[in-house]
Amino acid sequence: MPRQTFALFDPVLAVPAIASAFRKLNPARQWRNPVMLVVYLGSLLTTVLAWRAWGAESEPPAGFIVAIAIWLWFTVLFANFAEALAEGRSKAQAASLRAVHKETWAKKLHEARHGGAVSRVLASDLRQGDVVLVEAQETIPADGEVIEGIASVDESAITGESAPVIRESGGDFSAVTGGTRVLSDWIVVRVSVDPGETFVDRMIAMVESGKRQKTPNEVALNILLVALTVVFLGVVVTLLPFSLFSVAAAGSGTPVSLTVLVALLVCLIPTTIAGLLSAIGVAGMSRMLQAKVIATSGRAVEAAGDVDVLLMDKTGTITLGNRQAAAFLAADGVREDELADAAQLASLADETPEGRSIVVLAKQRFQLRRRDMQALDARLLRFSAHTRMSGVDLGDRQVRKGAADAIRQHVDRLGGNFPQSVARQVDEVARRGSTPLVVADGRRVLGVVELKDIIKGGIRERFAQLRRMGIKTVMVTGDNRVTAAAIAAEAGVDDFLPEATPEAKLALIRQYQAEGHLVAMTGDGVNDAPALAQADVAVAMNSGTQAAKEAGNMVDLDSNPTKLIEVVETGKQMLMTRGALTTFSLANDIAKYFAIVPAALVTTYPQLAALNVMRLSSPASAILSAVIFNAVIIICLIPLALQGVAYRPLGAAQMLRRNLAIYGLGGVVVPFIGIKLIDLVLTLCGLT
Amino acid sequence: MSSHAWILLGVFLAVLLPTAKPLGIHIANVMEGRCRFAGRFEAALYRVCGIRPAEEMSWLRYASALLLFNLFGVLSVYAVQRLQAELPLNPLALPDVRPDTAFNTAISFATNTNWQAYGGESTLSHLSQMLALCVQNFLSAATGIVVAIALIRGFARQRATTLGNAWVDLTRIILYVLLPLAFVEAIFLNSQGVVQNFVGQHEVTTLQGSRSGRPLDLGQTAEATPNTPPDAAATPAAGTSAQRLAMGPLATQEAIKLLGSNGGGFMQANSAHPYANPTPLTNFVQMLSIFLIPAALCLTFGRMVGDLRQGWTLLAAMGLIFVILAIAAMHFEAQANPLLTRLGVDPVGGNMEGKELRFGIADSALFATISTLAACGAVNAMHDSFTPLGGMILLIDMQLGEVVFGGVGSGLYGMLLFAILAVFVAGLMIGRTPEYLGKKIEAREMWLSSIAVVLTPLLVLGGTAIAVLLAAGRAGIGNPGAHGFSEILYAFTSAANNNGSAFAGLSANTPFYNLTLAAVMLFGRCGVIGPVLAIAGSLAAKQRLAAGAGTLPTQGPLFVALLSATVLLVGLLNYVPALALGPLAEHLLLRAAE
Repeated sequence: MPRQTFALFDPVLAVPAIASAFRKLNPARQWRNPVMLVVYLGSLLTTVLAWRAWGAESEPPAGFIVAIAIWLWFTVLFANFAEALAEGRSKAQAASLRAVHKETWAKKLHEARHGGAVSRVLASDLRQGDVVLVEAQETIPADGEVIEGIASVDESAITGESAPVIRESGGDFSAVTGGTRVLSDWIVVRVSVDPGETFVDRMIAMVESGKRQKTPNEVALNILLVALTVVFLGVVVTLLPFSLFSVAAAGSGTPVSLTVLVALLVCLIPTTIAGLLSAIGVAGMSRMLQAKVIATSGRAVEAAGDVDVLLMDKTGTITLGNRQAAAFLAADGVREDELADAAQLASLADETPEGRSIVVLAKQRFQLRRRDMQALDARLLRFSAHTRMSGVDLGDRQVRKGAADAIRQHVDRLGGNFPQSVARQVDEVARRGSTPLVVADGRRVLGVVELKDIIKGGIRERFAQLRRMGIKTVMVTGDNRVTAAAIAAEAGVDDFLPEATPEAKLALIRQYQAEGHLVAMTGDGVNDAPALAQADVAVAMNSGTQAAKEAGNMVDLDSNPTKLIEVVETGKQMLMTRGALTTFSLANDIAKYFAIVPAALVTTYPQLAALNVMRLSSPASAILSAVIFNAVIIICLIPLALQGVAYRPLGAAQMLRRNLAIYGLGGVVVPFIGIKLIDLVLTLCGLT
Repeated sequence: MSSHAWILLGVFLAVLLPTAKPLGIHIANVMEGRCRFAGRFEAALYRVCGIRPAEEMSWLRYASALLLFNLFGVLSVYAVQRLQAELPLNPLALPDVRPDTAFNTAISFATNTNWQAYGGESTLSHLSQMLALCVQNFLSAATGIVVAIALIRGFARQRATTLGNAWVDLTRIILYVLLPLAFVEAIFLNSQGVVQNFVGQHEVTTLQGSRSGRPLDLGQTAEATPNTPPDAAATPAAGTSAQRLAMGPLATQEAIKLLGSNGGGFMQANSAHPYANPTPLTNFVQMLSIFLIPAALCLTFGRMVGDLRQGWTLLAAMGLIFVILAIAAMHFEAQANPLLTRLGVDPVGGNMEGKELRFGIADSALFATISTLAACGAVNAMHDSFTPLGGMILLIDMQLGEVVFGGVGSGLYGMLLFAILAVFVAGLMIGRTPEYLGKKIEAREMWLSSIAVVLTPLLVLGGTAIAVLLAAGRAGIGNPGAHGFSEILYAFTSAANNNGSAFAGLSANTPFYNLTLAAVMLFGRCGVIGPVLAIAGSLAAKQRLAAGAGTLPTQGPLFVALLSATVLLVGLLNYVPALALGPLAEHLLLRAAE
């Protein structure tokens, strides 16, 4: 599924956003953002002032008031535009997601028995009580109970246990989980929950509706911005009496005009961050959507940035989903290529990833090619849950491979015996954390094939990166301690939890939280639900069960557990963008003071012109330049707000130093240059 | 700047910093109940007062206790002043203090501001000075310190609902820290010539007096003359050979005046008076004792949160800003007044107007910087006579919110509020929910710290605006033009930040200023302490998160730079227009006249 992306100011999105920017001038909508509301009221006030001054001789001149009023309105519109553009992108993203969203099909049985009439239905259309047939290589469409048949099921996506498990009707092993895969045989399942995609649909609908609750950090930041606005309001309001007093005391000049006071106020209050705040939040959700992760709330996305412990399932995240053949260990008196040859023959019928990996290994090691089955007069025996072996019959030659005890029974039945050396090898392989498969030709045991977990390429580097970000990785697996330790060491995780039961996972999360950590985890099984609910950030796989999805606060539509890293990065990016723009916005005030204060007070104390360090051409041009800069900077920063501040996996101190240099020092310097340039342009055009 | 100024600053820091650590750790031990050398006396005190020392208080109870405690302080100070004519120890038979002045003084001393609308020796009896003011100097200082301690506990504790017992904290800080320090300093000052007696006035015959019949016009007599009480002035010693010098129990009051960052002098001339601050050595010790407890509390903080580096970081940020401002003040005071230079005065002397000859430029400018930064308000030179830019530095010292060292306790909790703000913005910038010392800074903390940080500038600017709008306010101005504006701005800056020093030019002992400044002092104190204790309560309840590589480091040079930048930026941005119309305009006018 290609990720759909839009150019930043794609006309498809930008044109409706412009229209929406004007619609958002509705006072009811401005109310939500107190800082921009002040700009809005300032625009109204200057408009009234311009109206009254128009055509009359006034101080300041009507043209100046009109120019200020127009640019104040632009400030409001630019902020509205930023928000509208972010919302537009988010909606477009959700729509494209819905369109390409993959559906699973299910074979619905009209009678609750094997062999009944079957119709193909969407998994989402299944309801509680429906009965479905699931055959080999098919995905179980929903949680349910086996009512007929027996099958080996790959539940590695949920439990982390690579070895397939047997599921059969009746007894303790009858429950199956949606999203798991039947490897052999068939089962008839009665659906036990109302499954389907309703949950994800609800999520997409939520994003589309644009009803966004403010995240906790956004609320806190808003408080800071409001506080700054209040104090600057105090600064500007008291400037009028100060100016009146000074004019009287100095006996010269005119008091600061209302227009200039409004201009000063708008320049001082943090309009840059306030105008883009909402766009940043929407863009964060939208970047998640782009990564095909649906967050149930912005709160969850934000929390992802805080995470410092990542709990990951081994299977699918750290290792490839299935084990692969790594070595042939021949029994005494058997050549290795003989073993490889037999193992390959026995695996020809085995379409599981393990089986295919044996064929591939034999080919790599001994150049053994796939043979023509017809020519060999072979009869293939697929793996079945009954025999727990697979193999091939070539005439009366019976080549079999399977678990050690299954082969032992098989050989015993044929009157052979299971050599001690092979039994020792089996133990040794198991101790290494690998899975032993024993191969027999007739009643002769040839040796052991070692199946190993294969660590995903590049995962080690990923973990090193996380460590630099200050995030601890913990591998969770159903494997025993020995196996887990071996894989953990190879993958480079910081810690691991072997023989993980749902209780153990929950306890581990609680323990980390008690130590003051914020824990993220991925999961998809029913048994993950309690842990997911306990974790601070929980990403449920879309392939997982309904329970898992309800318990998590994000759903990954791709069901790719490595996504968690991306989720964390997006969360951090969202916070960083807010912090960076706040710093930038505040730092800008220094230059704006240098532009406006001498301009506003120079009539009273002409000597204050010394503060005009930018050498702006006239007081009117200075004030107008500051106001224009203040408006234009919002447009200039829209790309940054939507795409987020570039994230690099650095330590906190390094990152802070970097961002302080860019947005703090940059915030001090840029407006000096910007305001001077605008002043030059205004002067060149003869506008002042 | 002269080499003397550099050496003075260097020696000052070299003595201050090493003494801060042992005292800081001692305060931590005291507050955690590990140091109780008068344990039996303390226990007896609790029994008598019916205090259950083991009972801890929630933030609200803690705040109520302090409010009640200080309310009682206000009432008692007011009562003593209003009844002083009838009370003993009034050798000059001074009348009862005017209601508005008494009210202003009561609020002023209870809020650790020590703004003095009155002239000490000509208004208050020895009993009023000792029983009302000196006692309040201890109590208001203790109040500031225990609030800081409560906030520290908010950071140090987790999942706690209480902050300690306010009565126990107050008792311990007074008993084991303030009283012993004040005792030692009083003895030292006394040994250097600071008077300590119950004499009303001492009559002396001047050296020249008998021949010329005019009083000697030296610094000390210049101070003494306007300070003689009204009734004494009615039968003036001037014109005769005799001069009347005010006396009293100075040493005891001077010690706590400085140690508790109170600043209210016994004499109107404060630490410029030779009986209060006789030598350059006492001047040095006085400067030291102003910064001593505020500096030590940083390390108390570090100790109590279990990471001394956190304390050193705050101290370093304070030290950095202090050094910058001290150098600026000493530099500007070393500049001569161009108008005087034009009249032929040698500019090498710098700006000696309003300064004591025994201290000179550097010792006066450094004292002024320390006193204004530390919310002390003691003066050894007339701030009104500083150069415009020198005066602006003193204004800025206070406008930073009295967080650079600041008042005892109030400086630390103010600085911690700024740290919360700095951590908030910086925390976002590294992509995490901001946290300080493992405590998440969330909406509630932002609300409360915003109120505390925003309130003071609004009080300063609002108060100044009202004063310049009203005739009653403008009437107090001693100098016309920009300097007059600075005088009013200085008064409200000093009151709202609970500093108490004055630009002497303003005649502030009027009902208008007494009432408005009292209101500003009260809100400036309570409006910060309330939110600070609420933050402490909210932080104490939170879990302390573990620190890792992804956590914003709040110790080390980077955070020092960040914190000082935040203090300077947030502190200054609010006052730029006001400073432009006051000292900056005055400076530019003066330069234009050159």
